[in-house]
Amino acid sequence: MDMLQVSVWRGGASGGYRTYEVPRRESQSVLDVVTYIQRSIDPTLSYRFACRVGMCGACAMTVNGVARWTCRTHVAKVAKGNAIQIAPLANLPVVKDLVTDMREFFDKWARALGRFVPGATRKDAFARVASDSPGRVAANAGIECIGCSVCYSSCDVVSWNPDYLGPAALNRAWTLVNDVRDGARRERLAAVAGDAGCHACHTHLSCSERCPKNIAPTAAIAGLKRAVAGAAWKGEL
Amino acid sequence: MEGRAVSSAGQGFAAGSVAAPGLSAKSEVWLWIAQRASAALLALYVLVHLATIIYAVRHGLSGAAILERTRGNAAGLAFYVLYVLAIAVHAPIGLRTLCQEWLGWRSASLNWFMAAVAVALFVFGLRAAWAVFI
Repeated sequence: MDMLQVSVWRGGASGGYRTYEVPRRESQSVLDVVTYIQRSIDPTLSYRFACRVGMCGACAMTVNGVARWTCRTHVAKVAKGNAIQIAPLANLPVVKDLVTDMREFFDKWARALGRFVPGATRKDAFARVASDSPGRVAANAGIECIGCSVCYSSCDVVSWNPDYLGPAALNRAWTLVNDVRDGARRERLAAVAGDAGCHACHTHLSCSERCPKNIAPTAAIAGLKRAVAGAAWKGEL
Repeated sequence: MEGRAVSSAGQGFAAGSVAAPGLSAKSEVWLWIAQRASAALLALYVLVHLATIIYAVRHGLSGAAILERTRGNAAGLAFYVLYVLAIAVHAPIGLRTLCQEWLGWRSASLNWFMAAVAVALFVFGLRAAWAVFI
């Protein structure tokens, strides 16, 4: 039987790669490989997954140096010969093995005011948002984010400036800036301004290149830059 | 055939830390706007500057012939004063970001240093523009 040589990160922030031999199968995902190692070779291996169908964003890992969602990444697509290296996501603290501490990633969504703030009361009529209105179209481009952190892990600016909010949080903020029902546009633009916000982006496009949902956070960040600059110009910041 | 563990090799994941930058988010936004605006000016100025150099070289103009054209040329002086100003605004803002991201220099001293770089670029540039005008 064809065997895969799978090199897996073991330990915390300091640790090492351990190589496992895993039977190669047809239509095998990288998550299948990790699951095989844990269930059949070494039950102490820690990793995170939930849905296995590309909806939950829990199983992202670094595969051969590139951040990917492992449940929908075929071994055939990424293996170099019969070798695969699997590491935890970059730019996040390692808890153990392939599990990273996602707190900072999600705290930054909160810092970017990534929650809907109602602009109307229950006494007001329902908002009517035409599906082809510019705001709706711009929001639509970013709302399918599953929070997997692949973009955050791929971002050079996050690695240089750990305070930087990152592509996912800024993409979320941009969808809300374009939501006509939202009542906190000004506060949100202030939250994403400056050196830790959208203006730190260098347009390297790694986030847009690697997003498994084909979202373009770079475009969202460019939109925020324009919106924040406009607000600063009008003295609204 | 059952899979198995075959080897181990050590390596570390580095963790970064960052001090607070010296300016407010609002000031950072204005620096960003200033850098983009000066870049728009520079795109035009650099083209004119390069075209002038190529013209001078291709026509074999001597130093004296060039000075003959620049001396007392108020439009030329105005052009280069604005050019120097755009450089003095644009370059230190970009250098500041490089120092923050690559050197980890994020204290208020960086802002003072870059202010000094801006003044130096402006003064030396102005001196050169003035020297070919008088």
